[in-house]
Amino acid sequence: MAVLRPVWTANRLRGMSALSRDEVAHVAMLARIQLSDDELDRLAGQLDQIVGFVATVGEIAADDIPPMSHPLPLENVTRTDEVRPSLTPQQALAAAPRAEADRFAVPRILDEE
Amino acid sequence: MTDAVVDYDEALQTYDPVMGLEVHVELNTKTKMFCGCSTVFGAEPNSQVCPVCLGLPGALPVVNASAVESAIRLGLALHGSIADWSRFARKNYFYPDMPKNFQTSQYDEPIVYNGYLDVEVPTESGDGTEVFRVEIERAHMEEDTGKSLHVGGATGRIQGAEYSLVDYNRAGIPLIEIVTKPIVGAGTRAPQIARAYVAALRDLLKALDISDVKMEQGSVRCDANVSLRPVGTEKFGTRTETKNVNSLRSIERAVRYEISRQAAVLDAGGTITQETRHWHEDTGITTAGRPKSDADDYRYFPEPDLVPVAPAAELVEKLGGTLPEPPAQRRKRLQSDWGYSDLEMRDVINAGAVDLIEQTVAEGASPAGARKWWTGELARRANVEGRTVEDFGVTPAHVAELDGLVKGGRLNDSMARQVLEGVMAGEGAPTAVADARGLELVQDDGALEAAVDKVIAANPDVADKVRGGKLNAAGALIGQVMKELKGQADAAKARELILAKLT
Repeated sequence: MAVLRPVWTANRLRGMSALSRDEVAHVAMLARIQLSDDELDRLAGQLDQIVGFVATVGEIAADDIPPMSHPLPLENVTRTDEVRPSLTPQQALAAAPRAEADRFAVPRILDEE
Repeated sequence: MTDAVVDYDEALQTYDPVMGLEVHVELNTKTKMFCGCSTVFGAEPNSQVCPVCLGLPGALPVVNASAVESAIRLGLALHGSIADWSRFARKNYFYPDMPKNFQTSQYDEPIVYNGYLDVEVPTESGDGTEVFRVEIERAHMEEDTGKSLHVGGATGRIQGAEYSLVDYNRAGIPLIEIVTKPIVGAGTRAPQIARAYVAALRDLLKALDISDVKMEQGSVRCDANVSLRPVGTEKFGTRTETKNVNSLRSIERAVRYEISRQAAVLDAGGTITQETRHWHEDTGITTAGRPKSDADDYRYFPEPDLVPVAPAAELVEKLGGTLPEPPAQRRKRLQSDWGYSDLEMRDVINAGAVDLIEQTVAEGASPAGARKWWTGELARRANVEGRTVEDFGVTPAHVAELDGLVKGGRLNDSMARQVLEGVMAGEGAPTAVADARGLELVQDDGALEAAVDKVIAANPDVADKVRGGKLNAAGALIGQVMKELKGQADAAKARELILAKLT
């Protein structure tokens, strides 16, 4: 049963070198998380450790053990194309910080140039 | 603000365009890609949403089986390979059109890869057509995004807006994105080939019945990548990506414009910035959007909430048995069956009347009659009024019945047009309309002859001209006879009778 196939992360993990402070800053930027210099110093060390722990998996996994991305040996879980009830607009918008004209109101998307 | 451009033909003497086309197709499934919310267009805002498509905590997506089947059928129709194992991935980005902060898409394991689509384009010399093969890199499944209204700006555009309002009804509707390999060798015909490709793809999607292909509603949207390289060189130039070009005509214009614009930049010794560009329908130009940046790292990773799609060979084979006749082949067959000239067939295709005529002929109409009413009358009228032929409420059965009434000699063309008016006004089927309006050619030869005699007697000068050999003059007499019989005479018969009496 061919269930799990190689994924991106597996080979990357195996050859993973230390996580640099710049890389952490880059990932924080991608995730839109603002970090101070102190936080960067601290988190870079901690994240590097975490990656190190995970990388030990690579020591056990031989080439004949394919990496997995999902713990369940399942494929093709689908549903038939039948309409099911949706929420009402009132229900959908109930938790929105702001709504207007039955739509979610969100802050300005583009900054002023 | 407006960029410099060089003359298109001049640009093509120096540069060789390379294109890449990405087409997003909204499928016509009843429900969304990963949840059971309806996909009907035009519903009240946020009335077709649920915890799954709103990305609420704990909600679990489940793949729509019909959407997967549509993707496989499209892949097979594009002569592509179907992956025996394929996964979804999260494309992470910060933009409120997806409430989840990611779009569920496919990354390096698309369901379809390596296909092609043959499109018909004019030959370089312009006399006739030839087939140009567009290679397909991949087609993958993903979900559509929500729709934003931008408030506070002068033009309703995102630039300058104070805030935005989002409707997530569209978020989660199944999409297939079809990506071509670089299209090389198009030369001066690049804009036409881009257009012909999207048109052929649209026809194929329609024949497969997997999308309503309404470009004006955004069911089919095209992103056009264009780059230039000096003629005779191999290495591709830097490309721009013009987003959301939503009509066939615009695709042709946008590609043409980008070629002229990039040529001007290169001619001036500049370099092309890799960026997205916006197409402006009204002015026919593109303007710079966002440049590609580090922030465009979408951090794709396998979607942990969905298990792999691994279509069984038997399923793929079964779906392969459901493919329609390829649209181009079907058109050739129908043209030959119907005996239309190339020009007539082109009019029929442009009028979008191929299916209607096929059904009308199946209802018993003559191909010539079916073409006359659908393209000569209804499509022409729809075009003038800015509507579609479907809006008129006229069915193929109606047209076949009308054609029968004309062929059977009950109605002439002008009466048939009146009957058609009645059908469009909802007065019923053609025979019923003709009955109700009292439309019937005068079948009584005695009445026709009497009218002819009367008109000849009343117009001795004209009658003499006809006697003297000026047969064209008979037209005036025919007109009088028609008037005499309130338009309900058979004009051909009247002419016959007049000539018989005078020559």
